[in-house]
Amino acid sequence: MNPRIAKAIINGLLIAGAVVALLPLLWMVSVSFMTQGEASSLPAPLFPKHATWANYRELFANAGMGRYLLNSLLVSTAITAVSLAFNLMAGYAFAKLQFAGRERLFQGLLGALVIPAQVAMLPLFLLLKYLGLVNTYGAVIVPAMATIFGIFLVRQYARGIPDDLMEAARIDGAGEMRIFVTIVMPLLKPIMVTLAIFTFLAAWNDFMWPLIALTGQEHYTLPIALASLSREHVQDSELMMAGSVVTILPVLLLFLALQRYYLEGLLLGSVKG
Amino acid sequence: MNTSRAAWLFLAPALIVLGMFFLLPVLAALILSLTDYDLYALADIRNLRFVGLENYWTLLHRPLFWSALGHTVYFVAVGVPLSLIASLGAAMLLNSPLARCKPFFRTALFAPVVTTVVAVAVIWRYLFNTKYGLVNSVLDGIGVAPIDWLGDPHWSMPTIILFAVWKNFGYNMIIFMAGLQAIPADLYEAARIDGASALRQFQHITLPMLKPTMVMVSILTVSGYFQLFAEPYVMTEGGPLQSTTSVLYLMYEEGFKWWNLGSASAVAFLLFIIMFAVTAVMLRLSRRGGEV
Repeated sequence: MNPRIAKAIINGLLIAGAVVALLPLLWMVSVSFMTQGEASSLPAPLFPKHATWANYRELFANAGMGRYLLNSLLVSTAITAVSLAFNLMAGYAFAKLQFAGRERLFQGLLGALVIPAQVAMLPLFLLLKYLGLVNTYGAVIVPAMATIFGIFLVRQYARGIPDDLMEAARIDGAGEMRIFVTIVMPLLKPIMVTLAIFTFLAAWNDFMWPLIALTGQEHYTLPIALASLSREHVQDSELMMAGSVVTILPVLLLFLALQRYYLEGLLLGSVKG
Repeated sequence: MNTSRAAWLFLAPALIVLGMFFLLPVLAALILSLTDYDLYALADIRNLRFVGLENYWTLLHRPLFWSALGHTVYFVAVGVPLSLIASLGAAMLLNSPLARCKPFFRTALFAPVVTTVVAVAVIWRYLFNTKYGLVNSVLDGIGVAPIDWLGDPHWSMPTIILFAVWKNFGYNMIIFMAGLQAIPADLYEAARIDGASALRQFQHITLPMLKPTMVMVSILTVSGYFQLFAEPYVMTEGGPLQSTTSVLYLMYEEGFKWWNLGSASAVAFLLFIIMFAVTAVMLRLSRRGGEV
């Protein structure tokens, strides 16, 4: 084939793909600035006639969006901070510290990856109810404080640290905790960023478990609030699009800023499934 | 110095969390599925009875379970191949030396992956609205009669599949791109010298070299798609006429709407067994294919 035609076809298809991928998101932003009812007029408009912040004002003033945004930020940040610490320590131990049964325990954890999380949800609900955690932030945070995937990711990465570094410190009399904090953690920085953004995005976007565990509005995270609002306000497309923007924008910006780390983590995590 | 003791201290927090909030509940779910745990038992545990396999037996005789399983299998069987084709196609386009502005296109195509399912499902509900939706007005422009995407039981699942493909293809696209880049360029060089067409190069070099990636990606995508829940919850509430009620949707309603936790646990375990069996067969088939 003529290379110029081939080039036109390939780039044409890429443009078409990008339009399909981005159009719903751009449409969302555009509709969120329309006046009430404007999107439901015919022919369907692409751009607002008079752009307005009214929908956002309505969301934050009357629909409690500020609260939900804070809830989401709080829950996702707490999950990210705690699970990062726990996964980091466990992943390092599996990679670099000798102990009896290490390989078998690790293989056992990997084996547990085949169990879908939903199997645990019903008893987990009863357990958290017993602990008095249902309908608190803890109900969402506590079960997410460690993940097998995170431990696996850290272990893969930490295996590349040369043993001599730790040995030298041990000979100098440094304790294991000090070795971990002063020598290992600085070397794990790239995987920490990767794991942090993965965890934050997953926590922010999570739906099924928060839907079950958060029974009262005051603790709703954005996805739960949005799902519930969208059942109440079926007709208000402009308002719902503003809500979608508030929900999506933070994670989209975070991804754009740290894209490189995110994509690296995606590949690292899929090496061995 | 005792690294073994240190190791257990480092492991303890993560293992306690995983043990208490994942492994223990999984075991408890197995036991729960053998009881008649319901609203009465929730109020007073003395109402709990052990019923053996009765929950499973009842489920296997319930038309709703089979239709939910049917919808889920439909979603997996159509959605996974479409997703993989979209991912591979996009990866090959991005990997072509003729493609321009690669970082931009890669980011644009990947963007739907990081968005929140609930929020984009809400967008799609409006885009696919029968009367005011953009999709139908575009179709109207080329002379296609309006389609009741989410209100017609024949169209509801295809619409959800389209949504899932749009939302997810970017993830596997990145993995396929890495797989494509790992194929040595001299293979294509040699094929070109032998006069092999682009199609034959794809058939005889790209596909076989990509097979390990393909197997892994298919298995991961199949197990992900079996867990269909948020899309029907937001877009159709399982309807119309329960045409988008998935197995997990059934589990959610059974467990957290009707509080039949025993029966809902049986649903969860059946789903797990089915997923395990399907992915095990896929793995077995791919290994046998490899030895030939």
